[in-house]
This record gives sequence, C-alpha cells and structure tokens, in this order.
Amino acid sequence: MIDLKDKLVLALGERDGVPGPALEACAVSAGAKVIYSATQCFA
Amino acid sequence: MIQERRAIGVPVIRAARFVLAHVPDLVMSGSKPRRELARQGEVLRTQLRAHLRSFRDAVAYPPHQVLIGNQVPELLYEFPRPWHMRPMDNAPAVGAAGMIIDQDSFYAWLARADTANLIVLDDAYAPRIAAGLEGVRVSTRDAAGLARAVSAGAEPFHCDGHDGDVRVAGVVLPGHEEDESLRAPVLLENLAAKVTGALALRRLRDEVAPHEPVDFLLGSGEEAVGDRYQRGGGNLAKAIGELAGVRTPGGADVKAFCAGPVHALILAGALIAAGVHRRVVVVGGGSLAKLGMKFRGHLTVDYPILEDVLAGMAIDVVADDGRSPELRLDAAMVHRIEDGGAGHHMYGALAQAPLRTLGLRLSDVDRFAVELHNPDITEPAGSGDVPGNNYTMLAALAARAGEITREQMPAFVRAHGLPGFSPTQGHIPSAIPYLPHAILGLTEGTMTRVQFIAKGSLFLGRMTGMSDGASILLERNAQFLRKGVTS
Repeated sequence: MIDLKDKLVLALGERDGVPGPALEACAVSAGAKVIYSATQCFA
Repeated sequence: MIQERRAIGVPVIRAARFVLAHVPDLVMSGSKPRRELARQGEVLRTQLRAHLRSFRDAVAYPPHQVLIGNQVPELLYEFPRPWHMRPMDNAPAVGAAGMIIDQDSFYAWLARADTANLIVLDDAYAPRIAAGLEGVRVSTRDAAGLARAVSAGAEPFHCDGHDGDVRVAGVVLPGHEEDESLRAPVLLENLAAKVTGALALRRLRDEVAPHEPVDFLLGSGEEAVGDRYQRGGGNLAKAIGELAGVRTPGGADVKAFCAGPVHALILAGALIAAGVHRRVVVVGGGSLAKLGMKFRGHLTVDYPILEDVLAGMAIDVVADDGRSPELRLDAAMVHRIEDGGAGHHMYGALAQAPLRTLGLRLSDVDRFAVELHNPDITEPAGSGDVPGNNYTMLAALAARAGEITREQMPAFVRAHGLPGFSPTQGHIPSAIPYLPHAILGLTEGTMTRVQFIAKGSLFLGRMTGMSDGASILLERNAQFLRKGVTS
C-alpha cells in the first residue's frame, strides 16, 4: 500500500478502464495533490 | 384542405447494413502510420507493406464475416485467436448484413464521389477501374504530372502495379490554396467517409423496401466536413444520400464522437414517433485517420496490419411495421453532464437506470451490445479486450444489485455478452454492429430484448474532461408477439 498523503500525482486514465477523474478523486481522497489528470481512449 | 395531424407511432429498427472497403494501400495514409513514416521513412514502409493483407484474406477473416452477417458473433468463441490464423474457406464477400469491396472498387467510387473535380487518376491506372467509372468524367495525368501535383500539396493514394511495385493510382488536389480545412489529406478523409457511408446506404436501399421513399438521413460519422470559416460544418448525410442515388430525403448530422450513431438512433426514433418523418436512415462513413492506428502492436507480434478496412453503415428506422424490433424510446438514455465518467457510473446510468424505469433487471436483457472492438486489433497494442472489460463491468453491476453472485459473473458475461468483432473505426464499433444479428434474433430467433450502449470520448477534443454515452433498448415487436410468431 502506498501512502499518497502530500504526494504529487499524475493521473493518466483510460476510457474503458479507470478514467482520469476517477483516479483524481481517489488520489485526492488519500491526501495527494493531483498536478495533471487526463483520460485517453486507447480503443 | 387541412391535413389531419399524423398519429404518434412506435418506431422500429427494420434493418442495418455494413460495408467494408478493404484498402491496404491507404493504411499509409492513416494518421499514425503517416506520422511514423515521416520520421522513419522507407524502412518502416517496407515493413508495413510486408504485413498488408490481400483482399481474399480480408474477406476470409472471421470477424468480417460476422460483420456482414454470414456468421453469428458467438461463432468467434469457438475459434482460437488470433482469428487471422483461422481464415474461413470460400467465404463470400457479400452477406445478409453487408459486403466487402476491394481497393480498386473503392477508388472508382472515390472518383464518382468527387463532385469538386479534385481527383486525378494516373493515366495508366484509370483503365484498370474503367468499369467502375462508366458515366463519370475523370481527369488523368501521367506519373510525372501526378508527382508535380503531390509536390504542390496533392495527396496521393497508391496501388500495386501489375509488376507488384507500388505506384501512385491517383491524387486528391487541395480544395483551396490557403485553407487548412480543405487540404488534400482532409478531403481524402472526407471522401472516404462519403463513399463508405453511401455504399452502405445503397445496399440498404436496394435490399430493404426499395420503393419506399427515405424522408431523412441522419449522419453520425466522425469526419469534419467544412472550410476555414466552418470547420466541421457537416451535413455529410446529404452528400452520402446524393452519391447513393436516393433523391427524396433531407439530412443533417449528429456529432457525439463514437456515441454518434446511438444518439442518432434515439433522434431518428423520436422523429418517427412524432410523425415528423416516416422513414429515417442513420448513416455513417469510415475513418481513414484510424487505418493502421495500432500497427506498432501488430508488427511487434507479427500480425498482419488488421486495421486495413474502412467501414460504412446505414440503419433503417421506420414506423411500426408489426414485425421489426421496437425501439423503446421510454428506455432510451443519454449520459448527462452530472453523471460520473467511471465505468460503473457510465453503465449504471446507461444500462441499469433505464431498465429499472421499466421494472427490469440487467438479467432480463438477452444480450448487451457494448463497444465491440475486435480484441485481436486492440490487445497487441496494449489496449486490452475492450468488450470483455465492459461486460465485466455490467456483470459487476448485476452482482452488486444482487441479481447474480460474484462467482456467476463469468457466466453472465458469456450469456449476455458478445465477442468483439468490429474494426476499430471509432463510431462503428460502438454497439451498432450487433444490430443485424439482434434484428434477426428478435424476429426469427428467440430473443426478447437487446440493449445497445455506446460511449464517446468527448475529452479527446480538449473542450471538456467529460465522457459521453447513450443507450437504446430494442424489444421484440408487440404485434409480432401477439400473432404468436416464433421460430
């Protein structure tokens, strides 16, 4: 388990997996600061 | 005399047709190969060419046989992957749900589609496709003339010569010397979409009620037609209709990335239900930019370049004919701005919520059609099995709702899901390739209900971080049920 508190996070999401905003919400709830969030469509 | 108001009716989806154009030489014109070729040049070109498929191979490819209706999707569960290693003997290029055309036929249609006289064919190549050019005025030049045009901004398209060498078959000239939106590569993209959409519409018109006029065409492709003052201005729908030879409809386009066709089907159903039109056809052409999109993965595992087909489609929406599956507008759903974008949010909103409004569970749907990308195309590029992932999410929702246990999820996926069989042509894989099979299953088969769920990646346009989606529910026709007609 990684402690994300006060960590800087790059959230790279995928449309048919976990999208960027969902990663961002998880990271923020764990006390991280999201400095970049994006979603890609790899299909 | 004052006309009486038209009665509000139940819309049905009567038929769907898909056309694949096998265009191996246009793989080099896809966005990804084009960029990579500019960096790596002839070494990569040679490597790509060595991995191109023949027309025969493209026809014999099992997922293509499913798309044009000669085989059922479930057959693919029986075939070990990769499916290009399992060619189907004597597979026909024509099926109940569509057809596959070769590159020469496609180039002839490209010339037919060119109302602006911007296509110039090689004078040695034009005779090869003369049969397809009958009645069409086409400009030709010799090889040197075409080379000069290319150096002035024209976009070439290639073919194999009789000696096996690659040569320029023709070029598309720029539409305007200063207009970025009318650059030759953009026009080739748009013409490719126009041709494939028109071929699907022709197929539909010829085979389904040819004497019944089409009132309206709804374009739902991903192209952007326009000039510098209205990039993406659109209404390719009417251009598709014109090329297909239908005279009666008007048209307009619906834009929603890959979810465009399902949005368009909801709108088509509403136009029918409201009595505005009696016959609406949703059309869409193929995406040239996506050819060879995942070629790197295919080269790595020594597959042929599987993204070598353009796909067009046409879907017939009419008032209740007493037989065709009903488009339940009371269960049509769109992804709203306030809905979340995570998988369970999307499927909760698009699949589960509309079913609940009808008192139905996920398990009450015979089949779900989701993003039906062919996993042989996506997995070598690291994108996974897209339909497989989406069906797992649906199964998880069913488990969370207490419909099934967690252990029953794989069985749910097999019973209610499908293998992916669509080329990665953006809006084409988005649920709709299952339509011909669903129509058959809901009329001559034993199915009662099929839900189609499409997603669209709005975030790719940099205007929002949101996703999008839309869903429709098709049900066995109530009149057909009352007649007791079953297989």
